[in-house]
Amino acid sequence: MSVWLFYIAAGVAITTAILAVTRKNASHALIYLVVTLLSIAVIFFLLGAPFAAALEIVIYAGAIVVLFLFVVMMLNLGRSSVARESQWLRPGMWVLPAILSGVLFVVFGFEVLQVENSAKIEGQVVPPKEVGKVLFHEYLLGVELAGVLLLAALVGAFHLGRRYLEERRET
Amino acid sequence: MTTAINIPLEHVFFLALILFLIGAFGVLIRRNIIFMLLSLELMMNACGLAFVAAGARWAEPDGQIMFMFILALAAAEVAVALGLVVQLARRFETLDIDRAEELNG
Repeated sequence: MSVWLFYIAAGVAITTAILAVTRKNASHALIYLVVTLLSIAVIFFLLGAPFAAALEIVIYAGAIVVLFLFVVMMLNLGRSSVARESQWLRPGMWVLPAILSGVLFVVFGFEVLQVENSAKIEGQVVPPKEVGKVLFHEYLLGVELAGVLLLAALVGAFHLGRRYLEERRET
Repeated sequence: MTTAINIPLEHVFFLALILFLIGAFGVLIRRNIIFMLLSLELMMNACGLAFVAAGARWAEPDGQIMFMFILALAAAEVAVALGLVVQLARRFETLDIDRAEELNG
C-alpha cells in the first residue's frame, strides 16, 4: 500500500514541478511549487524521515515560498507581466535545453543503475531524537558554519534592502 | 517502528534526478529571475531528496542532517537573491536578467 503512495506522490511531484517551471503567472507557479514540496514531504514520511518531512513543510512550503510570494506581490506583477512572459517564452526556445536535459538524464540514469542493484529502502523510522544527537555531536562544526552562513545572509539581505529604502526616501 | 515499504533505492534516485533536471530545464528556458530562483529551489530539493533517500537506506540520520544543511543554504540564498530581485526591479524596472549585463565588458 505505502509503495503505491510513494509512486502517486512521485507522479504528483513531477507533474507539478513541470507545471511550476512552465507557468507564465508567477503566483500560479509558486502555488504549484508548494504542491511539489508537499509531495516531497509525503515521500520523506514514507522513507522514514519524519523530521525532514516536517522541516520541508514548515520551512520550504511555509517560509521560503511565502517569501517569494511577498516579493511577487510587492513588485505588483499583473496582466502585463503575463503578456511579457509569453513574449519571452518563445516556442522553439525550449528545444536545446530539453535535449541537454535528456542527455543528462541518460548519463546520470546510467550511473544510478550502476550503483547497487538490489538496495531496498525498508522505511525504518529515524526519529528526531537520533537526528539531534548526531547533529550536535558529529556535525557540530557544520551547525556553527551554517549559523555563520545565515548571519552573512542576514547582513547581505539587510544591506540590499536598506539601499532600496534609502533610494525610495530620496525620490 | 517501520512503515514497512520496500522501495528500490534507484527509484527514489530517479525521482530526484528527474526533479533536478526539471529544475535545470527551468533555469535554462526562463528569462524572468523569479522563475529562475524557483527552479533553483526545485534543484536543491532534489538534492535533499537524494540525501534523505541514501540516509534512509541504511537507517542513519546523516541523510536528514545533510538535508537540514541544504535547507539552511536555501534559506540564506533566497534571502540574498530576493533582495537582489528587488534591486533589479528598482533599477532596471524589469525582471529580465539579460538587462543586467554591465559586467559583460
